[in-house]
Amino acid sequence: MSKHNHLELSSVSMSFPVKGGEFLALDNVNLKIAEGEFVSLIGHSGCGKSTVLNIVAGLLEASRGGCLLDGKEVREPGPERAVVFQNHSLMPWLSAYENVELAVRQVFRKSMTRQQRREWVHHNLELVHMGHAAEKRPDELSGGMRQRVGIARALAMQPKVLLMDEPFGALDALTRAHLQDSLMEIQRDLNSTVIMITHDVDEAVLLSDRIVMMTNGPAATIGEVLPVNLPRPRDRVALADCPDYNQCRHAVLSFLYEKQKKVETLPRKQSSGEGQETSPSLRKTANG
Amino acid sequence: MSQSIQTHAMARVRHYAAQITPDQLLRSLGLPIVGIMAFLLLWSLAAPNVVTSLGTLPGPADVWEQSGNLWADYREEQQRAAEFIAMQEERNARILEQNPDAEVRIRPYSGATTFVDQIWTSLGTVMAGFLLATLFAVPLGILVGLNQHLYAAVNPIIQVFKPVSPLAWLPIVTLVVSATYVSDDPMFSRSFVTSVVTVSLCSLWPTLINTIMGVNSVSQDLKNVSQVLRLPFLTHVWKVVLPSSIPMIFTGMRLSLGIAWMVLIAAEMLAQNPGLGKFVWDEFQNGSSNSLSRIMVAVIVIGFIGLLLDRAMLVLQKTLSWDKSTATH
Ligand SMILES: Nc1ncnc2c1ncn2[C@@H]1O[C@H](COP(=O)(O)OP(=O)(O)O)[C@@H](O)[C@H]1O
Ligand SMILES: [Mg+2]
Repeated sequence: MSKHNHLELSSVSMSFPVKGGEFLALDNVNLKIAEGEFVSLIGHSGCGKSTVLNIVAGLLEASRGGCLLDGKEVREPGPERAVVFQNHSLMPWLSAYENVELAVRQVFRKSMTRQQRREWVHHNLELVHMGHAAEKRPDELSGGMRQRVGIARALAMQPKVLLMDEPFGALDALTRAHLQDSLMEIQRDLNSTVIMITHDVDEAVLLSDRIVMMTNGPAATIGEVLPVNLPRPRDRVALADCPDYNQCRHAVLSFLYEKQKKVETLPRKQSSGEGQETSPSLRKTANG
Repeated sequence: MSQSIQTHAMARVRHYAAQITPDQLLRSLGLPIVGIMAFLLLWSLAAPNVVTSLGTLPGPADVWEQSGNLWADYREEQQRAAEFIAMQEERNARILEQNPDAEVRIRPYSGATTFVDQIWTSLGTVMAGFLLATLFAVPLGILVGLNQHLYAAVNPIIQVFKPVSPLAWLPIVTLVVSATYVSDDPMFSRSFVTSVVTVSLCSLWPTLINTIMGVNSVSQDLKNVSQVLRLPFLTHVWKVVLPSSIPMIFTGMRLSLGIAWMVLIAAEMLAQNPGLGKFVWDEFQNGSSNSLSRIMVAVIVIGFIGLLLDRAMLVLQKTLSWDKSTATH
C-alpha cells in the first residue's frame, strides 16, 4: 500500500430505494487520495456529493464497490474518519468545551489521563480560536463560531481523514474567508487528509490540492479531476491576480456551467455574475 | 468581577422595570382582578336562586366562612393531639420517677381526620402515583422510541389503554391489590396502594407517548455524530437520546401530573380511599346545611393545588431542561 493509496474509492455505486423502484444516485465512482492531500468535491446540487462523503464516513453503505482506508474496507462510521457536518451538529445542551470533550473522552478514554484530555480539548478549541468561548452553548454562539467548534471536535479526534460537508456554506463571506485561512493553517501543521464538499469555486481553488468535479445525477460520477498546483502558503489577495489561479477557476466554472450545465430552468433574475468574487448567482445554482 | 455582575444584574432589573408599561400592568394584574371580581359577583347573585335538597347553593361568603371553620377544626385537632402527647409524657415521667427501669410508651393520637390532613394525604398519593408512572413511562418510552419494531408492537396497546377512565381501572386494581398485596405489617395501607396504582395507570400515557415522540425526533445529525464517535449504546442513550428528548419528556410529565391529580380525586371518591375525594364524598353523604359550602371549599382547594402542581412542574422544567423555549405556560 503506497502513500498514494491512503484512501481509495473503487467502482462505488449507490442506489436508493424510492417509490416505484430504485434511484441510481452514484455510478462507478473511482478516486484515490494520498495521505495529507486536500481534495474538494464540487458539483451541482443533488448530484451526490454528500452521498460520496457519507460512504467514506461509513454512514451509508455503497450498493456496489467500496471504500478502502489504508487497505482496510470501511464498514461502519468511526472516529478515524471524523466528519464536520454542514449544520455544525453540536449537542445544543452542551457547551463548546463539553461538545469537544464528548468526542475526546470517547476516542482517548484509554490513552489519556483526565488532565491530558482537558488540555487536549482546550488545545483544539484554541486551534480554531474558540478558547475564549469554551463555556458557551451553541445557541449563544454565532454560526461561524459553531462551525469552528464542529471543526475543533473533528480535529480533536485526530482522524486519519477529515470529511467536511459544505462546512462554510451557511456563513457570510468574511467569516468564511477567516475560517478558510484557519483551515489552511491547521491542515499545513497537522498534514491531515481532507475531503471537503463545497459549492464555492474560489474556496475549492484556494484550499485544494485537487478538485474533483462531479457530473449531474442521476448516475453521477466523477467528470474531471483538476490538480491545483499553486504554491503554498496561499494568500487570497495575492492569488486574485495570479494567472494560474484564474485558470483553475476558469476550468471549474466551465465544467459546472458549460459542460454540466443544469438543464432544469431555475428562476433567475440576475444576469451572469461571471468574474466577480464568488458571485451570488453562481452560489445559488450550485448550492447543495 | 462580582461587582460587575451585580451592576449588570441591576441594570437588567431596571431595564425590565422600565419595560413594564401601564398597558402591561393592566393586562397582567388589573384584568385578572376584574375577572375574579366579576366571577364572585355572578356567583353570589346566582347561588341563592339554585335550590337543592340541602338548601340553596352557597355563595362566596358561605364558602369563606366554612374555609375558616375547616381551618379552626384542624387547629383544634392539633391542639388536642399536643395535649394528648403532653399528658402521656407527664404520666411517663411520673412512672419513671418511681421506677427508673419501667418501660414507657407513647401512643400516637388518633383523632378525627380533618380537611388539612386529607390535603396532605392526597398530595402524598398523587406524588407517589406520578413518580411511579414516570419511573415506568420514561425508560419504557426510550426503549420503544429507539426500536421501530417494538414501537409497532406497543403502539396499538397504548392507543387502546390511553383513553380508559380511572373508574374502569379502579375495581380491577382494587381486586388485584387486595389479592396480591398481603402482608402482616404492610409499609403502606392497601387503600394507598390502590390509589397510587390507579393514578399511575391513568396518568402514565402522556409521559410515555411524549417520551417515544421525543426519542423518535432526535435529529439524524446528532445520531450521526454518535455513530462517528462509536458511542456505546448506554452512553448514546444517556448523552444523546435522553438530553434530546428531555423537553418533550417534561411536556408529557406536566400533562401526566395534571391527569394524575384529576384521577386521584375521582379514585378517592369512588373507593373511599383517604384524601380530598373522600372528604367530598363524606360531606355529600353527611348532608348537613354546611356540606355544600365545605364541598365548594374542597373544589377551590383542589383547583389551587392543581395549579400549584403545574407551576412546580414548570419550575422544575425550567431548571432541568436545556431548552427553555419549551418551558412556557
Ligand atoms: N435516502 C435517500 N433516499 C432517496 N434518495 C436519496 C437519498 N439520499 C440522497 N438521495 C438522492 O441522491 C441524490 C444525491 O443526493 P446528495 O448526495 O445529498 O446530493 P448533494 O450533496 O450533491 O447535493 C439526490 O438526487 C437525492 O435526492
Ligand atoms: Mg449535500
